[in-house]
Amino acid sequence: MQASAAPIFKRGPSLLTRLAFFSLVSITLIVADVRFRYLEEMRAGVSVALYPLQEVAALPGALFSRMGDFFVTQASLSRENEQLKRERLLSGAASQRLRALEAENEQLRRIVNAEPVPGRSPTVAEILYESRDPFTRKVVIDRGTMHDMKTGLPVVDHRGVIGQITRVFPLVSEVSLLTDKSQSIPVQNVRSGVRSITFGLGHDGAVELRFMPVNADIQVGDLLVTSGIDGTFPPGLPVAKVTRIDPNAASFARIHCAPVAGVSSFNRVVVLSPGPERPENPLAAAGKTVAPTASPTPRKP
Amino acid sequence: MSWNSLGDNIHDDEILLPVRGGYILVTMLGALLLNLIPLPGWVSSAMPDFVAVILLYWSVFQAHRVGLWPAWVMGLLMDVADASLFGQHAAAYCALAFAGIFLHRRIQMFPMSYQIAHVLGILLGQQALQLVVRLAASAEPPDMLYFVSSLTGAALWPAVVVILMLPMRRSRHPNEV
Repeated sequence: MQASAAPIFKRGPSLLTRLAFFSLVSITLIVADVRFRYLEEMRAGVSVALYPLQEVAALPGALFSRMGDFFVTQASLSRENEQLKRERLLSGAASQRLRALEAENEQLRRIVNAEPVPGRSPTVAEILYESRDPFTRKVVIDRGTMHDMKTGLPVVDHRGVIGQITRVFPLVSEVSLLTDKSQSIPVQNVRSGVRSITFGLGHDGAVELRFMPVNADIQVGDLLVTSGIDGTFPPGLPVAKVTRIDPNAASFARIHCAPVAGVSSFNRVVVLSPGPERPENPLAAAGKTVAPTASPTPRKP
Repeated sequence: MSWNSLGDNIHDDEILLPVRGGYILVTMLGALLLNLIPLPGWVSSAMPDFVAVILLYWSVFQAHRVGLWPAWVMGLLMDVADASLFGQHAAAYCALAFAGIFLHRRIQMFPMSYQIAHVLGILLGQQALQLVVRLAASAEPPDMLYFVSSLTGAALWPAVVVILMLPMRRSRHPNEV
């Protein structure tokens, strides 16, 4: 038996009325969020209130991984050390070549009077958790507006592009992975120079190129890198490798690719600072409505 | 004691202490904390939605104490934590609390297996509501693994019933029969 008794006289509106009220408020919130992207401040406020809880919830995992670090064997440590040394040697040689090429490139640009390409400063961020929302592919990183994060910034790891920041809060930000359904990245085939756009499919480990002619010069195993024409991603970052080509579709080939970066197997990422200011879109300036290419607008079918 | 009478000994032969509001709040925060624990992909999709289960527990067993607004507030918190649409969890949890309060007499009467069936139905309904909201907002339908968290949530119900009632039981005097 429960000790609490029902009040003898009913107070307040009926249960059904209250359900109707809360449903109405919720639906209003959903519509405001989907259609107009209002309420971002309210979301940010709730996010700050949630932050201590998230920190506490992440403790067991952090403790577990630290325990794992403690119990690694001497042999595996020395093997990893050996491998890191070899990698450092290789990347050291590569970066020396890069510096020489950059200097040469700058000189050549000066000769032809082209604008210099400014570098981008990186920020290292840690992934706090993968979003539980089964409809999107997002991760949350521990850098926010307090660390100069902005929406649209590209996020990479040591192998290639991971995605893009799509929502910032004071202390954390949400990164949409390139496999998310709303993410598309302009790419270029390294081997043949063919340009295209990768579209996320909404599940892990796959993106696709759409609307490619059947005779486009793309082969299985080709590496796709960012082309940089969006002004958001710097050119030349590895994005995906072509895994399968279905030429039997009516007029366009379906080209399946696998992301190069470890989209779900990493915990440290690098956020690149924004690129150079671009001149204003002439069509937008003329008063026409043009969707900005840099911002990740959700596509409607 | 058969498995079906799992909660019965608590129901029938003793009167429980009245519930403090603080206790309800602490259990809800605990459930939120459990939901926020970062886990790898497939594990997190199989994990029960602890907040939904605890909300359902309180709306069934304290139908006159908790109304719909705690469900709504917890829903908003989950929306921000999950990066889902603002109001999606809130609406679903309100419907869940409504179902819990509406059916609370019936669910309390039933043996455990029937209780679990009711809980499973309500949890699935709550998830289906979220699915409808997302599909209306043009999201890709998820795989069938999506509904596994309702199954695990319903499987958790007997444990939740026993554990949450522990602090409300009177300590028996040793001289009593």
